[in-house]
Formats: sequence, structure tokens, C-alpha cells
Amino acid sequence: MNILVCVKQVPGSNNVEVDPVTGVLKRNGVQSKINPYDLYAIETALCLTEKYGGVVESITMGPPQAKAVIEETVCMGAVGGTVLSDRKFAGADVLATAYTLSQGIRKCGKYDIIFCGKQTTDGDTAQVGAELAEYLNIPNISNVLSIDDISDGKVYLTASLDEKIVKQSVTLPCLISVDGDINTPRLPSYKVKKQLKDDAVKILTFADFDDVNRDNYGLMGSATQVERIFPPAKNDEKHNIEGDELSQAEQLFELLKAKKII
Amino acid sequence: MYNKVTQKDVSDLKKIVGESDVLFGEEISTDYAHDELGGIEKMPEALVRVVSTEQVSEIMKLAYERNIPVTVRGSGTGLVGSAVAVEGGILLETTKMNKILALDKDNSTITVQPGVLLMELAAFAEENEFLYPPDPGEKSATIGGNISTNAGGMRAVKYGVTRDYVRSLTVVMPNGEILTLGGAVAKNSSGYSLKDLVIGSEGTLCIICEAVLKLVPLPKVSISLLVPFKDRRSAIEAVPKIIRSKVIPTAVEYMSRDTIVFSENYLGKKFPDIKNDAYILLTFDGNSDEQVENDMRIVADLCLEIGAIDVYIVDTDERKKSVWSARGAFLEAIKASTTEMDECDVVVPVNKIDEFIKYTHALAEEHGIRIPSFGHAGDGNLHIYICRDDLSEEDWQKTLQVCFDSMYEMAEKMGGLVSGEHGIGYAKKEYMKKQYGDTPIALMQGIKKVFDEKNILNPGKICF
Repeated sequence: MNILVCVKQVPGSNNVEVDPVTGVLKRNGVQSKINPYDLYAIETALCLTEKYGGVVESITMGPPQAKAVIEETVCMGAVGGTVLSDRKFAGADVLATAYTLSQGIRKCGKYDIIFCGKQTTDGDTAQVGAELAEYLNIPNISNVLSIDDISDGKVYLTASLDEKIVKQSVTLPCLISVDGDINTPRLPSYKVKKQLKDDAVKILTFADFDDVNRDNYGLMGSATQVERIFPPAKNDEKHNIEGDELSQAEQLFELLKAKKII
Repeated sequence: MYNKVTQKDVSDLKKIVGESDVLFGEEISTDYAHDELGGIEKMPEALVRVVSTEQVSEIMKLAYERNIPVTVRGSGTGLVGSAVAVEGGILLETTKMNKILALDKDNSTITVQPGVLLMELAAFAEENEFLYPPDPGEKSATIGGNISTNAGGMRAVKYGVTRDYVRSLTVVMPNGEILTLGGAVAKNSSGYSLKDLVIGSEGTLCIICEAVLKLVPLPKVSISLLVPFKDRRSAIEAVPKIIRSKVIPTAVEYMSRDTIVFSENYLGKKFPDIKNDAYILLTFDGNSDEQVENDMRIVADLCLEIGAIDVYIVDTDERKKSVWSARGAFLEAIKASTTEMDECDVVVPVNKIDEFIKYTHALAEEHGIRIPSFGHAGDGNLHIYICRDDLSEEDWQKTLQVCFDSMYEMAEKMGGLVSGEHGIGYAKKEYMKKQYGDTPIALMQGIKKVFDEKNILNPGKICF
């Protein structure tokens, strides 16, 4: 079982400020980390190889320093990974990102399953997984909650359709985007980090790809343009519930019901 | 003897705090009869909710004059029965005195009312790029309660305990007089430190109505390490070696696999690793990545050298949450795993922790009961829980007594003390008396008499 996990380097804090003038995220001086949703994908992949054998690799697109997130996947148990890095990839939207990843994956090898996280914490689009599957011409299932079995060339899994849970099977090779919070991702090992070798991370650039048409990458290959990014209005709404215990409980119930939380 | 609270007293109390903030007799919820664990239950005669120092002063004048006992209560999260009105009388609740009054950035101090919750104080400080270092596990405790028990918490290894962060206290004396003890100053050699007598006095000397607390700049970087060891002994033995490495971790916590599993079951959430029997959880903080990573590397290498199976890096908010939320739930998780329990908050020299835990395991085996534990390995403060499980009431009381006697005796032999951070209150006073002997207890009683000659403030606690 050869598995590839797509990961992304995102800002380390969920409270990254937006520059009110340029509308760009203020990333300077902000630490970075692996997109938290991707950690669930890595954990799912590592658990599968523990059960069915095989290895996990990882891939990312980003600047050279994105090497750190690939190294981190190795510290968690992956055997190695690839960074797709080239100035020509800069400014890519979800479509151009998915295309770039598809080109990179073709150069990396053959995989039974490609895992993605549900979405990223800095883009929140949740589209790259499905688009990547299209470019690779393999089936895709999103919002997967668990992998129940792999046999006879098929993956049997449970996925969420928001209001319904669906049990599905999908033929290998396939792309699976896992839901958030479906497991507790293992922690990276300092012991492995100490022994990391340079060849754990491979770098691929534009020149390494089969398709060298610049129009398909980066800003030029993007179907969408970001006009403005701005922080959403904060909701500081507060309710004080007064009264005796029964009345407080009733008020809380009505409030939660009105907000459709219960 | 004390006087009972009468209808006239209730009516006069209502004149001080208003109609809705005085509850009498049956109107009082039974929640107010106990704290989180103290093993003692007693309903107060009247519950009074206060909002200001002046109200507290008026109430104390009334109680002093009419000889009515007064017990102060914050969130009721105590573990030794300190906030239980064992003599009845008035239970004075401070949770509505919950204002953060001032932040003095020039002097790095914050002025708070006693009902501010620890989590509110911590969040407010952080929003303003400060840290309030004391970090007890119970974040919904009030700061008044924290000061009254000299609460410690996880960061004590590096930053010390609540006492180290109290600059001054505004208090109401048993006769209603309002005093300020200490000052908003960094140094103080001005006579006996009355402020320090009040810290840890569990509401027996006077009522804390305002506190000026010291803050430190918020460290910019913080990383934790979860270090698995093959067994308890190897884990605990690593602690003095880590301390000797001259890198000062912010926290050094010991956790056993058993306790982690309780927490997993309680929270319904898996811990990142439970393959090993024993873990040490360390935190490092500082102002630069380089400094914190360097500290982390020195200790991580040392741990591997002395037999750690691995060293796991806990570096992001999500990872910290997955590890620290489990640690924060240990008390509740053990509580949920049994029918009833009582705890021993003993503190022993750091190099005696392994021996002490081993002793509790032998006791558990000898009496056929469970005694899970966890604790602040970096400062020798252990939290040990005797679980009742299926024992009959008679067997439970008998076993509890024998186990507590044995544990406190062993702690004393090792140079330890009865309580590291939860206090003495009602539940542990006999053990403290036994350890300290006549003269220290007489000194404590003398101090109590000077502050409260009528013994109306939280009677029946600590040294009486």
C-alpha cells in the first residue's frame, strides 16, 4: 500500500491579521505549521500502513521553506516527501494548485491512495482535493470519517454528508479527503528529527514537469482572482441568563433551540 | 457559641446587598453545602452574594456584633472543605465581585476583585501581552480562592506559586475594618508581612476584597515535550536530572498510562500516545525561537541519553490542546472512574517522588484498592487519589483513614508536608496538627486570635 498525503504550510496562529490596506495576510514574523486538517490525513495514512503494510510519502507546494512541513511528516512516520517549489507557481488559486500538484505527483510515483485534509486553515476553500482527483483522473470521496477496510482493490469507508452518514466503497487508486477531528494525530518524534537526512525531502521545480506551459501554473493558470481579503465581523453577543435553576435551564434550552444548536 | 441567623438578620443583610442577593434556609441550593471534594457537607443558614468591599465590611460589622460565623466562598472548587460553613451562619459568596479593576502596564500589575476567575485573569493578561504565571489545573477557580490557598499549579517549577505574584491585598477584618496589606511595590521590608499571613489562610483571618497582582511579559514562544519512558521509575528518575541540566522548564508533569486512559474515557478523546507506561510532560517558554529550541534540545537530548523511549514535540496549538486538555482533566477523570474518592496533595522533596509513588502502589496492593496519581514532578507536589469503588461505607472510611495515616507518615519521614497547593481546610487539619506538633499549631492559633478574637471567620478550619 503506497500512500501519498498532500500537506500545506500555513500560518502557525489562527489569528493572523489581515493588512487593511493591501488585504494580504500579514505572514511576516508569524510562525508556520502543517495545516491542522492535514494531520488527520497523515494519521489516517500511517494507521493504514501499520495495518496493511506499505509506506507513506508526503507532498506540498510552496516556497523552499515549506520543506519544514515535509520533514515534519517524516518525523511523524512518513518515509519522505516532495516540495514543489518554483516562482512560476506563485499566486496559484485552487485550480492552478491542484494542477501543479497533479503534475508533481505524476513525477513522484504511483500511489494506491492519495489523502488530503478537509480544507486548510488559511484558505478554507476545501476544493483542492476534488480538483486534484479530476486532474489525476481517479475517483474522489470527501469528508471521510473512517477507512473501514481495504480488500479486493477497493477501499470501504464511512463519509459524512452533513445530515447523513454514508458507507461507500471506491476502487483503488483513489483520492480521499478526510474530515476534521476524526483521530488524534501522533506527535512528531524528536528522535527521528535528529536523524533526518538531506535526502528525506525531494525538491521538484517547473522544469521537472511534463507540462511546461507557464500558462497552466501560478497566477496565469488561475481561474479566479482574489479581489480583497478582510476579517469577518466579530460576534461579541452575550446573553446573561438570570433566575432560578429551572428557569435558567429553560432559557438556555430556548436560546440554543433558537440558534439551531440543538 | 454562635448565634443563629434570624429573620431580622436576613432583613438587615438584604438592606446591605439587596433583596435578591440574600438567600435563606430552603432557598439555598444544596451545592452550597459542599465544595468539590472536601468530604464534609453542611448547609449555611444564609447565603449572601456581595459586589463590593463596602458591602463585605457592612456584613462583617453585622456578623461581628451579632456573633454570627461567616465563611467565604468563591467558585466552590476547593478540595479540602475550606469553603464549607461547618458552623452554619453566613456563607459569603464573592463570585459577583468579578471585575478587573486596573491594568498598570508601567508597573506590570493588575488589580482585581476576588471573584475574577483564573481563566478570565489569564485571558485578560494574555490579550494585553502579559502572563499571570500561576497556573492551577482548576481554571474556573476564583483568584480570591487561589490566594486563600496559595495555589500553585503547573508553572511553579519556573515561576513559583500564587504568593510570589501578590503585591498587595485589600481586606476586610472580622470587625468590618477595611485594610490594605502590602503595597503596589516590588520590594517590602516594612515589618511583619501581614499580606503573606493572609495568603494561604483560607479565609480564616480576614476577607480578601481586592488584590494587586504582579504580571510578567508574555513569553512569545512556548513548546512542550511529551517524553515516554518504559516505566514509572525511569520517568521519575529523569526529573532531578532535567532540573540539574540548568535549563529551567516552565512545567514538569508526571503522568502514568492508567491516568491518561481515565482521561481518554472521560473526555471521549484519544491521547496522542499511550503505548508506554509512564510519561513526563515538559514545557519551555521564552522570547525567541532560538532560545526555546535550544533549551528544548538540551533536555530532549538528555532524556534520550537517560533512557527515554522517544521525545515527542508538542509545538502547535492543536497539539498542545491534545496533550494539555488530557492533563487538565485528570482530577475529573479519576473522579468519574469511581464511586467516591479522596485525595492527598502531599509535597515531598523532588528526589523522593518515585519512592513515594511506589509506596502508594504498595498501599493499594495491600488494601486491595486503586490509588491512581499524577502530579507536578518538577516540584514534588503529587496528587494521589484513593478510590472507593465497591467498598462499603464502613470499609471505605477505615481504608481511607489507614491509607491517609500511612501516606502522611511516609511523607513526613521523607521531609515532605501535608499540602502542596490545595490547603488544609477542614479535611486535612488533623494530619497537619500531627505533623507540626504543639508549638507551631499554637503559633497559628495565636495568629488567628489576633486577627479574629471572636473566631467568627471560617471557624473550624486549619488550626482549630
